[in-house]
Amino acid sequence: MKKGIYLLLLLSISVHFLANAQENAGLTLPNGFKANLFAENIGSARHIAISKNGVLFAKLNRADKQGRTIIRLEDENKDGISDKITGWANYGGTGIYLNGNALYASSNEAIFKYQLDGKDEVVNPLSPITVVTGLINRRQHESKSITFDKANNIYVNIGAYSNACQEKDRTAGGQGMMPCPILDSAGGIWKFDASKENQTYGDGKRYATGLRNVIGLDWNPQANKLYVAQHGRDQLNTFFPSLYTDAQNAELPAETFYEINEGDNAGWPYVYYDNFQHKKIVSPEYGGDGKKEGASDIKNPAVAFPAHMAPMGVLFYTGNQFPEKYKNGAFITFHGSWNRAPLPQEGFFVAFVPFKNGKATGEWEIFANGFAGTVDGAKITSTRSAKARPCGLAQGPDGSIYVSDDTKGSIFKISYQK
Amino acid sequence: MDNSKIRCFVIGALMMFLFVSIKTQAQNVENGKKIYETRCLVCHQADGGGVPNMNAPLDGATNVVGNDITRLVRIIKYGFNERVELDGLYYSNSMTPNPDLTPAQISDVLSYIRSSWSNKATKVTTVQVQQGIKGSQKTSTK
Repeated sequence: MKKGIYLLLLLSISVHFLANAQENAGLTLPNGFKANLFAENIGSARHIAISKNGVLFAKLNRADKQGRTIIRLEDENKDGISDKITGWANYGGTGIYLNGNALYASSNEAIFKYQLDGKDEVVNPLSPITVVTGLINRRQHESKSITFDKANNIYVNIGAYSNACQEKDRTAGGQGMMPCPILDSAGGIWKFDASKENQTYGDGKRYATGLRNVIGLDWNPQANKLYVAQHGRDQLNTFFPSLYTDAQNAELPAETFYEINEGDNAGWPYVYYDNFQHKKIVSPEYGGDGKKEGASDIKNPAVAFPAHMAPMGVLFYTGNQFPEKYKNGAFITFHGSWNRAPLPQEGFFVAFVPFKNGKATGEWEIFANGFAGTVDGAKITSTRSAKARPCGLAQGPDGSIYVSDDTKGSIFKISYQK
Repeated sequence: MDNSKIRCFVIGALMMFLFVSIKTQAQNVENGKKIYETRCLVCHQADGGGVPNMNAPLDGATNVVGNDITRLVRIIKYGFNERVELDGLYYSNSMTPNPDLTPAQISDVLSYIRSSWSNKATKVTTVQVQQGIKGSQKTSTK
């Protein structure tokens, strides 16, 4: 009898152990890398930032059960898993950025600044400074991601509240507006001085235009330039079935990663980037036929990725923990597609983009895969069935990287051991 | 005609009626499935699951299996351009209008959606669709 109880206990412990200690938190990684769950079920975790003491801040897209939208996670016993979780704020959003002791967070209309003390505790959770306000939020592409240059300027994306600037958004055969009026106040990157308060459009500068929706952006410290990843337009086949098949729509247009100089134009909504012809092609809403090329002064991408995979976060790796090839290269999270349907969905991984002397080589590879949680490489046919969808990225003080998931709120920690 | 003949006739007629109505219902759903696959699936996905934060789910959604048929008819016919709350979550993408669908086609696709995946709601008739469209015209002239 006693033996039986022990056996049962042993069995239940081992089942428990197996269920929780999935190798590398279920991820597939290059040789020598390992992953674990730094946190689970913290809510819709979008972008993340980490202090030099290793405290992680996550911006939630909507309030958690306690009504909080900025979550602070600390690993006090240094076992690689957060054990002290607190939070504050009541506005949903995506952007978060740590600049010294100043923590910046964005709603879908504004950017707020909080002060941290020497222990990375927030000093003014209820009374942040409003740095920028009144940014356009018209439902679609509403998130406002933020990054900084080395001179205390904020770069914020203002997504276009439209798919392709049709007179009536997302209608079959609908013509595009000429010129597209959205571009005056959205569909680009705006630059603001982080030391000023209560700024809006008039105080900032449109730094780049023709970007439909950017969620992932980061400053490349080696090149001293802004890099942004754009979500390409949807539904070429739905609205122009005589020009595009389902299979063509699943692969067009490319998701694009740009090196941005002030004044650059990436061409939305007039053109899209075709990664098979390696050309900027005129959008069907503006008289395109899938072949006609757009104006030559439109920016070319540094790297083009397969269509619809939805780049969410960009991180230039400056740590010393990973092998040499990763130094100064960029990691990009891909949320996973929906508009490839009826073909299977793609994405749900973290890509690595190698850089040489501050320039992208044009190559890319999958770095971390398996977030969707499918068995034996099965494909995702409906986006909601992905168990996790990679979103935010941040580098820890030891050179590990962290990846957030906004589905269930996991934070994955990825490290390298020689 | 004696009683037994009348009974036979009534039963026969009833069976014919049942057979025809079951067959039309199956055809409705079959037609609806085709319409769903060509027009709706790309956003609402093969399993009616929608896309988190963007495209509303149809599978298990209380509004979809609910009794406000007019609202469903109007959304399909005229599109939808609002951020919508559904079962505690928000969806932000624009819904494409389908002005060219006939009342019969709208009833077919709604019948398919309301009886697929985990949904077990009643079918929608062409008359209900016609009433829904009329209702919306009245509202729009106000």
